[in-house]
Amino acid sequence: MKFFRFDRLAWVFMRVSGVILIGLIFTHLTVNLMQDGGVKAIDFAFVAGKLANPFWQWFDVTLLWLALIHGSNGMRVVIDDYVYRTGVKRFLLVSLVISTTTLIVLGSLVIFTLDPCPVGSPADLLPSFCAAG
Amino acid sequence: MSIKTPSKPKTVFRGTLYRGHEGMWSWVLHRITGIAIYFFLLVHVLDTATVRLDPELYNAVMASYKTPIMGLGEAALVAAIVFHAFNGLRIILVDMTAWASRHHRALFYGVLVLWAVVMIAFLPRHLMHVFGG
Repeated sequence: MKFFRFDRLAWVFMRVSGVILIGLIFTHLTVNLMQDGGVKAIDFAFVAGKLANPFWQWFDVTLLWLALIHGSNGMRVVIDDYVYRTGVKRFLLVSLVISTTTLIVLGSLVIFTLDPCPVGSPADLLPSFCAAG
Repeated sequence: MSIKTPSKPKTVFRGTLYRGHEGMWSWVLHRITGIAIYFFLLVHVLDTATVRLDPELYNAVMASYKTPIMGLGEAALVAAIVFHAFNGLRIILVDMTAWASRHHRALFYGVLVLWAVVMIAFLPRHLMHVFGG
């Protein structure tokens, strides 16, 4: 048995990332759905306020990468189980790699390039600290 | 004298060692919840990405998450995530320890109990956010 075989690494990754994701997602749900106002309190000011803090930037980017890789590896296993025609299988696996890579790059760029106080936006939509400047 | 056709054997299908029992339902539910969460994740990264474009656009997108129907959808999503999380821990335990693989059935019921406890804690608050004034 080769130690670094792909399927073995994937198996280990699912377990390690799964445990970490439980902590990250339960925190994510508590802060975004349980904390005062719940889903109704989520707007630009809330998200921009969170992402102005490096802690939440690194929290969210870790969540983004782990969730997408964990989820897409799960979908790879599902495709392996049910799709036998090699052409269809290849098409689905290539689509999976492309969509996962696109979302990881897109999400990471959004997290690290978001301007919490965009010029020309109504002040009442922005986080309260924008007015202080 | 005609030959009697043998009457149909009266057997009741009680499943096999695996089929129809806790292990199968654990697998089925893990797969269904995993696929459902994955497709939500794809949409969720895209809707959150609009935060980078324009505050008013993001608030308009988020308004669609604050309707009663989507509120129920969020409850279903959290139910799926919480089950997947606890059942994932059960899978890790069954993989790693002989004790857990001997008691995997009891552990499955433990997963259902933990799931119910978390949902009882989550649902009233979330539904109040969605349906309360």
